[in-house]
Amino acid sequence: MSLLNLHNDLNTYLVLAAILFGMGIYGLVTRKTLVGMLIASELVLVASSINIMAFNRFTAPDPAIGQIFALFIMAIAAAEAAIGLSITIAVYRNYKSVDIEDIVDLQG
Amino acid sequence: MNIMDQVNSLLPGFLTADGFAGVADEAAGIVFLIMLATTIIGGIIACNSKRLVRAVAGLALCFVGVAAIYYYLNSPFVAMMQMLIYVGAVCITIAFAIMLAAPEDKVKPGPSGPLSGPLGLITAGLATIGMIGLAVKTVFPVMPKINMGSVQLIGVKLLTNYSMVFELVSIVLLIAILGSLVIARHGRSK
Repeated sequence: MSLLNLHNDLNTYLVLAAILFGMGIYGLVTRKTLVGMLIASELVLVASSINIMAFNRFTAPDPAIGQIFALFIMAIAAAEAAIGLSITIAVYRNYKSVDIEDIVDLQG
Repeated sequence: MNIMDQVNSLLPGFLTADGFAGVADEAAGIVFLIMLATTIIGGIIACNSKRLVRAVAGLALCFVGVAAIYYYLNSPFVAMMQMLIYVGAVCITIAFAIMLAAPEDKVKPGPSGPLSGPLGLITAGLATIGMIGLAVKTVFPVMPKINMGSVQLIGVKLLTNYSMVFELVSIVLLIAILGSLVIARHGRSK
């Protein structure tokens, strides 16, 4: 398999999605601020979306359904980002901090 | 020998129909490699940079690469939506949130927990390697295509087979927008 023919191979996309997923996990466990964790979770979402689109292109009989699914994922991700950021702003207003070390009221 | 063959015989190699297709294929492969590198570099910046503004810029770079990858997956409509929604809306929203509520000088130095540093890298690396191993080893059954997945077909399916889901997603988006407004506005008059 030549390097220039990588875009016709299902495994390329699956490996790329796995790498993006790993980056998202790394960001989620190492970030110290809520916004940083939100950015990392966007990486995880986009990795799942790439997976679905790759299977849609290479194995599924009807390629329209996967695209519709990816569009729904985008809508849900946009809603998640909006709510997450507004929660971040509300937390900042109450605690004067977005550091996850300071927000420990629920932990007891 | 028809007229096209005569034209092809007069042109230099890469300008003939077959040769041009070959050059176009190579160019497509090279652009794909560039976009692959863009995606991965953007992701590394997004999850690893110290300053959050740079992380958002890396996220936007990563999303541009992902849009190009959707284009290579025969889905130009989803690629356009990726540029509009992720690069245009989500990244800008995150940038605004950073400006409004992320004072980086107030973040304490030091590790953020037991999983930060090498242990977090090992966790993420194990997840990545496991998923790559599963993806490469599994043989996925390939079914014959029954259509081309055109934009027209997406529109028809969205308004017939998936109209219920479409309406539900619309309601979810509406409630999310209203809810985020309410949450973010609460206590503002103080």
